[in-house]
Order: sequence, then C-alpha cells, then structure tokens
Amino acid sequence: MPHELDESFVALPLRALADAGLARARALGAEHADVRIERVRSADLHLRDGRPAGASDTTDLGLAVRVVHGGAWGFAAGVDLTMDGAARVAAQAVAMAKLSAKVAAASGPSERSRVELAGEPVYPDRTWVSSYEVNPFDVPDADRTGLLAEFSGRLLAAEGVSHVDASLLAVQENKFYADTSGTTTTQQRVRVHPSLTAVCVDPASGEFDSMRTLAPPAGRGWEYLTGTGWDWDTELERIPGLLAEKMRAPSVESGRYDLVVDPSNLWLTIHESIGHATELDRALGYEAAYAGTSFATFDQLGSLTYGSPVMNVTGDRTTEHGLATVGYDDEGVAGQSWDLIRDGVLVGYQLDRRIARLTGFERSNGCAFADSPQHVPVQRMANVSLQPAPGGPSTEELISGVERGIYVVGDRSWSIDMQRYNFQFTGQRFYRIENGALAGQLKDVAYQATTTDFWGSMEAVGGPQTYVLGGAFNCGKAQPGQVAAVSHGCPSALFRDVSILNTTQEAGR
Amino acid sequence: MSRTGSTAAPHETVERALELSRADGCVVIADEESSANLRWAGNSLTTNGVTRGRTLTVIATVDGAQGTASGVVSRSAVSADELEALVRAAEAAAREAGPAEDAQPLVAGAPASAGFTEPPAETSSEVFAKFAPALGEAFAEARAGGRELYGFAHHTVASTYLGSSTGLRLRHDQPTGTLELNAKSPDGTRSAWAGASTRDFTDVDPRTMDAGLARRLAWAERRVELPAGRYETLLPPSAVADLLIYQLWSAGARDAAEGRTVFSKPGGGTRIGEKLSPLPLTLRSDPAHPGLEAAPFVVARASGGDSSVFDNGLPLAPVDWVSEGTLNQLVSTRHSAGLAGTTPAPMADNLVLDGGGTRSLEEMVAGTERGLLLTCLWYIREVDPATLLLTGLTRDGVYLVEGGEVVGAVNNFRFNESPVDLLGRATEAGRTERTLPREWSDYFTRAATPALRVPDFNMSSVSQGV
Repeated sequence: MPHELDESFVALPLRALADAGLARARALGAEHADVRIERVRSADLHLRDGRPAGASDTTDLGLAVRVVHGGAWGFAAGVDLTMDGAARVAAQAVAMAKLSAKVAAASGPSERSRVELAGEPVYPDRTWVSSYEVNPFDVPDADRTGLLAEFSGRLLAAEGVSHVDASLLAVQENKFYADTSGTTTTQQRVRVHPSLTAVCVDPASGEFDSMRTLAPPAGRGWEYLTGTGWDWDTELERIPGLLAEKMRAPSVESGRYDLVVDPSNLWLTIHESIGHATELDRALGYEAAYAGTSFATFDQLGSLTYGSPVMNVTGDRTTEHGLATVGYDDEGVAGQSWDLIRDGVLVGYQLDRRIARLTGFERSNGCAFADSPQHVPVQRMANVSLQPAPGGPSTEELISGVERGIYVVGDRSWSIDMQRYNFQFTGQRFYRIENGALAGQLKDVAYQATTTDFWGSMEAVGGPQTYVLGGAFNCGKAQPGQVAAVSHGCPSALFRDVSILNTTQEAGR
Repeated sequence: MSRTGSTAAPHETVERALELSRADGCVVIADEESSANLRWAGNSLTTNGVTRGRTLTVIATVDGAQGTASGVVSRSAVSADELEALVRAAEAAAREAGPAEDAQPLVAGAPASAGFTEPPAETSSEVFAKFAPALGEAFAEARAGGRELYGFAHHTVASTYLGSSTGLRLRHDQPTGTLELNAKSPDGTRSAWAGASTRDFTDVDPRTMDAGLARRLAWAERRVELPAGRYETLLPPSAVADLLIYQLWSAGARDAAEGRTVFSKPGGGTRIGEKLSPLPLTLRSDPAHPGLEAAPFVVARASGGDSSVFDNGLPLAPVDWVSEGTLNQLVSTRHSAGLAGTTPAPMADNLVLDGGGTRSLEEMVAGTERGLLLTCLWYIREVDPATLLLTGLTRDGVYLVEGGEVVGAVNNFRFNESPVDLLGRATEAGRTERTLPREWSDYFTRAATPALRVPDFNMSSVSQGV
C-alpha cells in the first residue's frame, strides 16, 4: 500500500528555504548549487535478558547547501530553518569554495581540481516513498518493547541459553532536494533492523558462544517483525538447539576446503569485495587516505577478470525493500539499475555526477548520498547483488556436489584490506560437508582469501529459490565519516579450494 | 507545523525544559556543535565544509511500583514552540517503557560549572587560516618531489550543557581536531601515513609531516617480499592505541561477570587482580590528562552496554584499567558495578598507556637486530570474544629493520592477534607519546601510548594491498 509523504515534513517551508539558499548561491556567483532539507528519525531499542536496557528516539533535522563556485566545491550545513538561515548557509558554502580555490592557487594547476558535473534530466516536483506497510514510528513504544521481550523470553526459556540480547533499529528518512537546474524531489524511506542474540555460558569450563538471528535489515516497516518477509517463529525455535550443538562442535582443522556459502553470509563478502571495490571514486583515489582504493582500477574496465563466468553482479537503486533504494539520489539523479560484472568481467562502476563527468561517462548512475543534513553527498553504494542462475540448483544440490567442505551460514566478523584484495570472514554457523551431505557443526572457523581468487573459484551459483536480500545499516565511508544502509541480494554459491583458519590456533591457543 | 525560528541560549533551553517537566526526574542535555573540514586527494582539495548543529536530549524518569522507567528523546533544531512537545514525548516514552534495569537515583550535588550561562564555543573555517595555505604549499612541494598527498583535516567544537531536576548545571567544551596525511608514489606502489590530534590546528604543520612521509617513501624504494609468519614487530603508538581502544570497549564489567568476555574468570567472576603483563604497564583514562582533556563528568544520551542515562553528571575520576601490568578495573555504570561486584568506573573519552619507558621509536628501531616496523593498523574487527582475537591489516608502511636500521619496505599483512595477549608478550614499551589512532579516529582521538616491541606478532597472511 503506497504511503503519503509525512505531513509534518512537507509542512516545513521546504521550497521557500531552498529558494532562499539557491538565490543566495546564484547571487554570489555559484555555477551550480543544490539544497537539501533533511529529517532523519532513528529509534534504537535494546533489551537485555528481556528487560529494557536502553532506548532512544532521535531526530536530526537540518539544511545543507552545496555549491560549485570557481570550479571548486563548497559545502555548509546548519539548523536554522529560516530564510536568513538558508541564505547564510549558502554564503558559507560559497566561502568554503573560495577557500578551496585559494589552496588550489597555492598548489598549482591540477587536472583534478576543477569540478564539473555530468548532465541529468530535470525532474520538477517529483515525490517518492519507499515500500512498506506499517511505519514503525506509528507503533507504540510499549508494543515494540513487548514484542522484543516476548521474542527474548522464548529464547531464555530454552535449555542452554544463558543470556539474550535483543535490539531494534528503525529509521524514517525524509529528504527535500532542489538544485539550480530546476529539479525538486521529496522522498521518504523507512527501514528496520531487528536482531536477537542468544548466549550460552558454561560456567565450569568458562567457555561461551553465541548465535544471532539471520534476519537481515530491510527496507520494510513494522510488518517485518510480525510475519511479513521473515519467519521469526521458526528461527527463534531453532536457535537454542543450534547453539547447543555449536558449543559441542569440534574445532575445525585448518586447511583448504570447498565452501558452500549461504546468502546470509555471502552478502557481506559481496559488500566488501565487490560493492566497495566498484566505487569509482575509490578506484580513482578519492578515498585513498581513509577507506582506501581499489584493485579494480579504471584502466581495467571491460577487461578485468573479476571472477568465474557464472559471476553476474548488478548495481541498482530500484529493488523493492532495498536499503539503498531511492527514487532520486542526492544530486537529483533518477534511480537506475546496471551491470557491474558480467560473465565474470568488470563492466561497470558506481558513479556520481562529478566522477561520471571526470571519467567520460554520459550520466551518473545515481550513487550520491549524504547520511544526514550535516554531511556532504559522497559517492555511496547502491544495492549490489550477485544474480542467481535461472533454473539453477538449490542449496542442497550445491552441497551434494562437495566431497569435503564446509557450509557457511550467517555473518559475523569481517575485514578486508585497503585495496579490497585480502579478506577474512567468520560466520554464525559452520557445517562440515562429507560426501555431499552435512555432517554436523564445526566451530572456530574463518575463511581467508584474495578477492579475484575467491570469485574465480566460484564454480556454481544457486537458483532463484536460494536468493535472499541481505544487507547492513552501517556501511561506513568518507571523511567526516558517514554511515549508509545498503542491501545485497545473492543466491547460495559453491567455491572450490578456499583457505580455512582455526581461530583458536590463530590466537596461539 | 509552525516554527518561530527563535533560538534561546542553550542554558535557557535547558532551564525551560526542566521547568516544563512533569516527570519524577528529568535530565536535559543541550549539545551545540560546529565543525570545519578540508579533504584532499592527489594534491588537490576535493570536498570541504562547515557545519553547525544543535541537539536537545530530554531524559524523563517515571517511578512506578515495579521500578523506575526512563524515556529518551533527542531532536535537532528545536525551536522554542517545539520544546514542550519534546519534553512530553520523553515523558510519554518513559511511561510506555518498562522499568529500566539500570535505574539509579539521578546524580546530585555536583557544583555548577563556571560558564554554564555563557554562549557556546564555536569553530569555523578560520581555524584553517594558516593551515590551508601551508597545505597548498605542501601540495606544491609534494608535486615537485614526485609525491601525491591525500588526507583530511577536521575540527569540531562541541559545547555540552547538562541540567537535571536534581540541581545539576554542568557544561563542557570539547575541541577535537585531527589531521591525517597520506603520501603515495604516483604509481601507487609506495604509501606512507602520519596522523595527529590537535585541539586548535596551531601545533600541526602539513609541510613538516610531508617531509617525514617523503623519508618513509624513500625507505620503500627497496622492496622486500616476506611471507606470512610470526615476526618481531615494533608496534608504533597509533597501532597500540587502536588495539587498546578496542580492548577498552570490550572491558565491560557486567559482560565479564556474566562469563562472556576475555575478562571473565572460568568458574565465575572477573579477572580483576590478574597479572596481564610482565611489563609495568599502566592503562588509564583521566579526563584531566594534559593535552587530552575530556569531559570530567558522564554525558549519556542513551543507556547501553557500558553507559546509563541515570549516571548523567557523575564526576569522572582518573581510572587505572591496568595498573603496573595487573588488571585493575573494568568499565561499569553504577548499576553494572553493583551487578559485577566492582566499583563504578564509567569510560572517559581518553586513554593513556605508560610503561615507564624512555626510548623513542627511533631508538627502539636502533635497538632491533631484525624485525618489522609498522606504521598503523586498519580494518580491525573482532574474531573471537573469548580471547579477544582481532584481525586487521597493516597499512601504509611495513618496514624491515636489520642491524638497527630500516633497510626496505615489506608487503602488507593480515594479522590475527589479541591485545590482551600482546600485553603479556610485549618485551619493551617505549616512551609514551600523544598519537592519533588511525582505525578508530572517527570515534576516539585522545590517546597517548608508547610503541611496543612484540617478539612474535602473528602475521597471518600476505596482503597485496598498498
């Protein structure tokens, strides 16, 4: 059911504030200016062993102006939502652009320094609202707390569960955007991330372990916790037994194994080794001092063998319930879908308007995003997804093709180097595969690989029946640091001959 | 929705919100923040900005038969006519919430801060008045020297006003500045990094920093490929700080008492009192530490694992987390300290490690027969909470030391190590120096540590990344 834009947001003098900011920027000589008025409401609820352990309800509201003046960026943001305030912020943005020009003059000419933007059609008066049923902020606090307490109680009642941590993050994001080209967009997005972790402690031995629900964050509303999009009853019922089995599981023998990786784990590997690596600003060095660069350099577009021929990866801003799904990005570019990797070869990047122009693309594919009214839009990740094989195998069929291997379920620890080569991941559950069948859980497992080796070893991807849209609320990038939510869909997949570490041995035990 | 646009002074907003409160208890926190930043890549500025933020947090507490509940609501850009609605929203949240397990009497009795009624401190682009031209000169020098500079300069000033229904009227001004400079060879095969924290940008010079990076890039002109393995390693202060910050974040008293951290004692209880290091290492937080000054009282905008809104305004005393090599204290609120059987020890916003060493990193290099000298660590994540095993990467310069001298640059590595184990295996701690933790500087900038010598640091695999 499509929702209307939040009345309390559209009641703000959005257009008048934007006009005041744009007019001031124009008057001061800006070649381009855009204004964002943004309101982000975040609820954060935590329970510990079924009891409230912390809750907050935070609303961030403000106005930001970005300009191109004298070929340089300038950005400013404030919280004074008056016409004078908007004009003042615009003037500060122009002043920052002038400061940039001074630094450029002191450092000498540079081909990178002049900012120009790729063109985009004008979209006057567009609105867009994400797909959800029940706004979580329309649900009473007591109901939210009550459901998490009830979920926690189910786990605590089970034998072997010592503690339960439960949390719910909910966000409603409203953005108004206007620029000097004439585009004006008003958008609303809702997302939720419920999570429960059961902990088992053996007081005698001092050993402990935990198991978290696999439910990914989703661009959905409260309905996600009440049966739409995830089967909580089944998952909560299974966790105590699975955790007990994990506590008793043998420690893995390090070595090389074939892996069947479940979507609940593989989404994160995609995020780190493909999602970030195909951000063109990274590949060009704009994140070099912080998030890093990319091995997938621009000169290899169209030729880099990223993975095996069964690897097809898309970027999109259009997937229903996607965490990075928008109607328009923060530069007024309409949401799109495109290929990043086709038949194992790098064929595309994620772009914003400046990077698109700099590298000869006709148009941005809509990847500019700011996480708050206090931050400048930067190139941020679209939903990046590994495509399933039409008519492809089930997870069980993939497992049946493995003589000696490990089935990896759920994400846990993640780390990758600054060029997106070397990575190490752990998980929630690991199952030994023997002669094509699961043979009980293992523990202390981490898999370690280099990106192109790993994706090159992908022998098969599952069919659409194995496809799950995973994701994260907390993708970090840029300075000052920004956090964005993003989804990654993928099927189960089979990888051959991957290095497995024993984490207790790594710790020298 | 109407907006008056009128903005009262922060202390007036705090007083008005407290007057409006009908709850059994109320804490109001007004945050006024300004910032300025410059970012650059390839010897050119890329993005920049100035921002101004204003957030009001109202914490209402409501007593009931089952206990005391809390409700927390924060809003930015609150105008005078929206203030009552915010207070009522916090009260409604408290009434809807169940009893808060961390409930304690609100803090009282602290003397009012001087300057509580004064306007907030602010920064602006003026903080870069001398720095920006110097940065431009550094770009020119780097270009002439065949180097590309990347980096970020960021300055924020936050004024926090905290008032409560129990009479607290506290204020803290927190300037925070960071400078990160990364130099690369044009072909991208050599990379070096330096970082600094600063309160006002008067004590950092990008040209001096660039000169040091030029020396390190010269070291990297000789490349040595080494395999994974255990190496004698000199961890510089930035790397030590990053590892120990994560250890501090993992040092909650309650989790330890419940048996689910590296600081849990098998059979029950915590490891407080246990010797962690043969070196006389003391790890402490002290809000008054010179150069690392931080808020001298608790500011908790939400309750969480190791923080409690009921503790707002609680004075923060210096705490030795590790004292002379022995685990001395774990992080706790008043509530969690009661559960864990420890004394309350909230976390302050700085961290200092001192082992009494006097040698600089350069002197430690000179005293190394064969080993690796690191620059910093990156992408640190927890692998196993039982041992606090962390993984991550070396970044922007691993150098081979032979016969007391750097003889070349080595490939990067992925490491798997526990900071708790490292404290036990370190054989030398150098001179404590103020440092910028590379990995955690988005959250934690006030640190001072020595370099540590670890005879067998676990480089788990080779990373091709530069």
